[in-house]
Amino acid sequence: MDVVWFVVLSALIFAIGAAGVMTRRSPLVILLCTELMLNACNLALLAFARMHGSGDGQIFALIVMVVAACEVVIGLGLIVAIYRKRMAIDVDKLSELRG
Amino acid sequence: MLFEQILFFVAAIGVLAGALGVVLLRNPFYSVLSLIGHLVSLAILFLLLRSEFLAAAQIVVYAGAIMVLYLFVTAYVGGAAPTSWRGGEAGAVGQLGVIMAGALFVVISLAVLGSSLDALDTRGAELEPGFGSPGEIGQLLLKKFLIPFEAASFLLLVAAVCAVVLARRRRGLEEGGV
Repeated sequence: MDVVWFVVLSALIFAIGAAGVMTRRSPLVILLCTELMLNACNLALLAFARMHGSGDGQIFALIVMVVAACEVVIGLGLIVAIYRKRMAIDVDKLSELRG
Repeated sequence: MLFEQILFFVAAIGVLAGALGVVLLRNPFYSVLSLIGHLVSLAILFLLLRSEFLAAAQIVVYAGAIMVLYLFVTAYVGGAAPTSWRGGEAGAVGQLGVIMAGALFVVISLAVLGSSLDALDTRGAELEPGFGSPGEIGQLLLKKFLIPFEAASFLLLVAAVCAVVLARRRRGLEEGGV
């Protein structure tokens, strides 16, 4: 398969993830959608690594996976803390920090 | 190469169906399950790109460990999470979000296709044997990319400590509060 197919597919996944972040109300689903966007980036990185035939892009993708794991841990910790405070788990209602 | 193309399109359909399922399914629990299907299909695409180690890590770390964490928290928070879209079913925010995402896809595609990278329309460079194998990844991590590797391990440590601090029980948090 040509590399361009993988890159366009990753752009499509990224757009779907962005649509989810912008439209859904549950922070859980918003975190899942950021995972989608990070995975799209990983796919593009691996496609370009394949294009150049070097392993550097794969290391980059591995680091992205590490960052995604950290983001999940912090995000889920925040959601559990919000739930403990008996606040609504809804990004439209958690608007106290809005400027 | 016909087999490769069939595999690509099957995996691509799985990836897109999983991604759409995450966004469109109303129950967050089903969204997580849909993301697991998405990740497994994505691992097949990684294999097609000759990244064996990344594909295995994707299955073991992502579809295994991280998604189990998601399932636990989804089951814990459960019905408290809202299931609908922002601004109601057909709200302006939702429609605008979809339009913005479509525009984002068009812009990225134009940027990629207009980049005049000649190698985009090829199958990529000739690979030396061992490309993407655990051995080569390990060599790169411990020789060329030692500092990012150590930084990543430190980042994981910080994240673990932060999660404990965030989620532990604190006096005065449950009763009273804001």
